[in-house]
Amino acid sequence: MSTSITSERNRSPLADRMLSWRDDFPILRERVHGKPLVYFDNAATTQKPRSVIRVMTEYFEKQNANVHRGVHSLSEVATTLYEEARKTVARFLQAGSPSEIIFTRGTTESINLIAQVLGQVVIRPGDEIILSELEHHSNIVPWQLLCEKTGAHLRVIPILESGDLDAEAGSRLFGPKTRILALAHVSNALGTVNDLAPWIRLAHERGALAVIDGAQAIPHLPVDVAALDCDFYVFSGHKLYGPTGIGVLYGKSVWLERLPPWQGGGDMITSVTFQKTQYAASPQRFEAGTPPIAQAIGLAEAIRYLEAVGYADIQSQENRITEYVLQRLREIPGIHLIGEPRERAAIVSFVLDGIHPHDIGTVLDQQGIAVRAGHHCAMPLMEHYRVPATVRASFAFYNTLNEVDVMIEALGKTVELFGR
Amino acid sequence: MNSLLSLYQEIILDHNRSPRNFRKLKHATHEAQGFNPLCGDKVRVYVEVADHRIRDIAFEGTGCAISTASASLMTEFLMGKTLEEAQQFFESVRHFLTQPPDTPPLPGFDLGKLAALGGVRRYPARVKCATLGWHTLQAALSQDAQSVTTEKDPHA
Repeated sequence: MSTSITSERNRSPLADRMLSWRDDFPILRERVHGKPLVYFDNAATTQKPRSVIRVMTEYFEKQNANVHRGVHSLSEVATTLYEEARKTVARFLQAGSPSEIIFTRGTTESINLIAQVLGQVVIRPGDEIILSELEHHSNIVPWQLLCEKTGAHLRVIPILESGDLDAEAGSRLFGPKTRILALAHVSNALGTVNDLAPWIRLAHERGALAVIDGAQAIPHLPVDVAALDCDFYVFSGHKLYGPTGIGVLYGKSVWLERLPPWQGGGDMITSVTFQKTQYAASPQRFEAGTPPIAQAIGLAEAIRYLEAVGYADIQSQENRITEYVLQRLREIPGIHLIGEPRERAAIVSFVLDGIHPHDIGTVLDQQGIAVRAGHHCAMPLMEHYRVPATVRASFAFYNTLNEVDVMIEALGKTVELFGR
Repeated sequence: MNSLLSLYQEIILDHNRSPRNFRKLKHATHEAQGFNPLCGDKVRVYVEVADHRIRDIAFEGTGCAISTASASLMTEFLMGKTLEEAQQFFESVRHFLTQPPDTPPLPGFDLGKLAALGGVRRYPARVKCATLGWHTLQAALSQDAQSVTTEKDPHA
């Protein structure tokens, strides 16, 4: 019966459009262990459309040169492409100016960068940094390092059993010593979409800065940093259908102008003598050394591609898949969904009674299905739910309801194999 | 499912469902905690040694079928063995689990039921699940280390 529902739904105009976008991803035609690949590990990294692969190949074949250096033609081409990529990101995020966009290696580097430079000017001993129980290790450890160095303290917004932030308990943490709020837009382990506006407002009322980890949000929902009024927003290219090795740190120019450099080197200076170095303005001040040029160009193409698909269709398709997978998972005896947030991005975490997530991951892999089994770099969150690990299935617009059926069937076989 | 069945043989599934010697030892002379930070598996191994012989051995913890079954089989295997024998078994089992599939076991070593663990050799990501209990035992018996992590040994 489920199969007929699926094929019926797959004939909708939306499903047809999505299937044609799916054709742009060569890897989705691969087979794993002789089975068609079912890729449900999109929160770890997304697959790349042909256009992203093409612009990066073209860059290496026809345009490769270092940026901001040469007077020769190729260097000018490379510089233009790299700076155009910055403009694309600025427009995509609704930033005020391209100078508010700093390219990094990824979300982790963006957070480390901002934690370290803010630490030099904003943090005093006894100050407080607020984050949440939902955070990925990359939005915990850099702040912990900063606390160890400066004598500041971490305060943690607790979560409710649903996986939503506890607004009441959390809001009481804000006080005169609050300097920074570091918060995920979307939880990588549960899919919770945090309603950011009230939290950012709370931070600003206390004169604190809001740093938003958007790694898991940006593939699923449009982000407008001006409307959010956050001070910093960070994400990675590879979770957005772009390449690895490129990330973004958006910062309000009022802050970037005042902050000291992070790493020193070429490209971040206006003049160097052994007595005194003059630092360049943002973004160059924060981009020492040769940047990831091909990756920035690849990211810009990924953004153009994503905009062509359109967030409206992306959200409709991902909601359709997420609702369907939740409905089918609930049919499996002994299943426990971890977190049932009010608003959820296309991420689902679950455990099965008596079967360890790693065993489930291995059995699914044998059926060609890629899911994540583990603690998802969110050990404090696993601790909260008293599970060592979960199985996480995370979706992209190129996934189909038929693929969900394949996973549900494989989970049935897993239950059978382990004979509860 | 064929290659899956070679990983999850009945003996593994059985030891996962009903792990042997899954308890705390009150009179343990040696114990250690093992941890695989990649998957969160935790195991605590207890040993009671007298006259260079393992009088009792048990374990507790949470883990996948492979790590639970491996630790369970280990306790069955080593019960009553001398410390020298236990050390030899550790070396032999580690060799067996970390070599490419179809590598014959070390000479003079009868794998017995432990042969069922051989399936992990086709799953490099799962080898550490099978070796966790054994490394923890090694740590318990060596006295100096009280906690081991699978990430310390690049070859396991």
